[in-house]
Amino acid sequence: MPLTKHLSVAIIDSNPALGKSNFIKKEDPPDPRVSTVTPATISFFKEIGAWQYVQQHRHAYFDKMQVWDYTGLGYTKYNARDVNKEILGCVVENKVLHSSLLSCMQNTEFRKTIYPSRLTSMALLPSSSSISVDSTPSATTLFTKGHLAKLDLSDGKSLYAKLVVGADGGKSRVRELAGFKTTGWSYSQNAIICTVEHNKENYCAWQRFLPAGPIALLPIGDNFSNIVWTMNPKDASDCKSMNEDDFVKILNHALDYGYGPHPKSISSGSVDMFSWFRGDATLSAKECFEVPPRVVKLASERMVFPLSLKHANNYVSKRVVLIGDAAHTVHPLAGQGVNLGFGDASTLSRIIAEGIAVGADIGEVSLLKKYEAERKPANIVMMAVLDGFQKAYSVDFGPLNILRAAAFHGAQYISPLKRNIISYASGEQRLPLPLPLFT
Amino acid sequence: MAARHLRILSGCNGALLSVRFFSDSTLAQEPIASTAIDSASVSPSINTAENHSQLNNNKKHSAPSSLKHAELAKFSAIADTWWDSEGPYKPLHALNPTRLAFIRSTLCRHFRKDPYSARPFEGLNIVDVGCGGGILSEPLARMGATVTGIDAVEKNIKIARLHADLDPETSTIEYCCTTAEKLVEEQRKFDAVIASEVIEHVADPAEFCKSLSALTVSEGATVISTINRSMRAYATAIIAAEHILHWLPKGTHQWSSFLTPEELVLILQRASIDVKEMAGFVYNPLTGRWSLSDDISVNFIAFGTKNS
Repeated sequence: MPLTKHLSVAIIDSNPALGKSNFIKKEDPPDPRVSTVTPATISFFKEIGAWQYVQQHRHAYFDKMQVWDYTGLGYTKYNARDVNKEILGCVVENKVLHSSLLSCMQNTEFRKTIYPSRLTSMALLPSSSSISVDSTPSATTLFTKGHLAKLDLSDGKSLYAKLVVGADGGKSRVRELAGFKTTGWSYSQNAIICTVEHNKENYCAWQRFLPAGPIALLPIGDNFSNIVWTMNPKDASDCKSMNEDDFVKILNHALDYGYGPHPKSISSGSVDMFSWFRGDATLSAKECFEVPPRVVKLASERMVFPLSLKHANNYVSKRVVLIGDAAHTVHPLAGQGVNLGFGDASTLSRIIAEGIAVGADIGEVSLLKKYEAERKPANIVMMAVLDGFQKAYSVDFGPLNILRAAAFHGAQYISPLKRNIISYASGEQRLPLPLPLFT
Repeated sequence: MAARHLRILSGCNGALLSVRFFSDSTLAQEPIASTAIDSASVSPSINTAENHSQLNNNKKHSAPSSLKHAELAKFSAIADTWWDSEGPYKPLHALNPTRLAFIRSTLCRHFRKDPYSARPFEGLNIVDVGCGGGILSEPLARMGATVTGIDAVEKNIKIARLHADLDPETSTIEYCCTTAEKLVEEQRKFDAVIASEVIEHVADPAEFCKSLSALTVSEGATVISTINRSMRAYATAIIAAEHILHWLPKGTHQWSSFLTPEELVLILQRASIDVKEMAGFVYNPLTGRWSLSDDISVNFIAFGTKNS
């Protein structure tokens, strides 16, 4: 990125992991905090030269996925080869992602400084559109070396910046200080996460929708898998406090026969209503339902997080822009949250480079609005899709169950639909349907 | 009610004939307010009540006094809104990145500068003729150029200076309340001369081009952007932009004052400038963005080099 290499960057983050040398012990069992990165995010990491560091640590590509629910009325299997790709995604521990990005950054030439403290206040100097001929600007405030946002940190230091990027998560302080309003609601669900071990390797991502919420089993490498189980808060705290053996039992129960029967696989010989839709059938359309690998033991502590949906009404204002969870928080049921964030980062850096190419001030609203125009619709659509799923799958009602089953069948056997779903979930496609207007 | 001009281009011998018919009023009585597509910044050529053919139109004065006070007042009145990107100058702010992309591309190629540099114009002297509030001058300065911005309206220059002082990268811009002709008299020379959205407000484009050429060093660059005199431009830039969408005040532009690309090339040629590249600006109403295109039927920009 030659256009942006002259920019100096200050990273304000009080996370202690940024300070010491990043050394991850390979013998440690996987941390339960993991992310599923889509192929689009992997491309982004490769572009910036960070993926090579991820590959040095534990990471698990997966090329198959199975989704079903407790009613046993239907299932869908996805395979990367349905869209002529080799992987559907990769599961990586968050600490590996952090250290890879840190290593990548340390090996670049641009001027960067890490400030290990918190942001306490932010001031934006008077905007230039309010300049009128008769005002006499005071030299001290306006002429502060061209940096027009002032940031005060908890350790007493002050910084001036042309652009403040709020990448500080769901409880973003930047968002709060800049006065962005948010919309959202909390799902009355918590997610319990942990690492588990099997007797054999797992290359498939499994997700089963149960009455209270989905349970996901994601391969993390070396016979380990990650569990993300969404349920109501009371059950979540019970699960966290019960002893390990009982927890392993209910895990297997939830993944296998608990709550309902296995779906029946449709053999290729039988006639079914989708035969005329099939067209160019996907590889996975013929695959049978499989039971996920048994959990043998628990390999980490159990952590519980509340789930909510939140969206900032605006992503930009003068000299301030929000990316990632600071701008949007979603339900984890499709593993999309962090990928939306990386999509934001990729788009913002491209927009900044394009702005510099035409001599723009990187903090000006008209430039930042281009980033918002690109990301906001895509993020909102994804949030709506995920929210829709969350609501559709949390109701146990006969006709709705059958509709869901039909949806599973549809996705399983209608190949163009399945390919569309895979492309959208992989980040290759910005919107669920190919709308010609929004390119 | 409006002045009617008929300009006939005679193609065969290359002579540019201009026969003007006036009905009752003159140019100046039109409420030509300062607009997004540039103010009456190139004052000398907005002359009033010239009822002569082009053959004896050398009645151009270089002084801003040829501008009527009413027009100046109109420009001054909304001068404060130059930098309000949602205000009356919104279309110009939207157009800015697109015209800069063309300028960057052509100038980098011509002066053999690195297009991947963040400051490719380092070492170049550029004059922005009719700079207004500095919307074009500031990005040029950020791209490394030594910029001089000139405008006939004093208030525009004041606003431009105030805004440019906010950023040390732009505070080096030299702003002057003057005209192209005066600069020629001062024998100033620049590597690149840019007159964007100006020539359509000028009564004598041929003379204006001669001034621009005189300001350009030999083998230097001249960039002019304007609106085409086509039916499509009448429909979009006059009817749609002024009367229907109200993007620009009515009477901002006189369709008959627009130049076709062929005419512009011709008058530049007579001013010793060879037009090397031309592109069009196209507006997408769905995205609200301008983009570069081969379609020069409405807005277009031309890049030329000065013969030695």
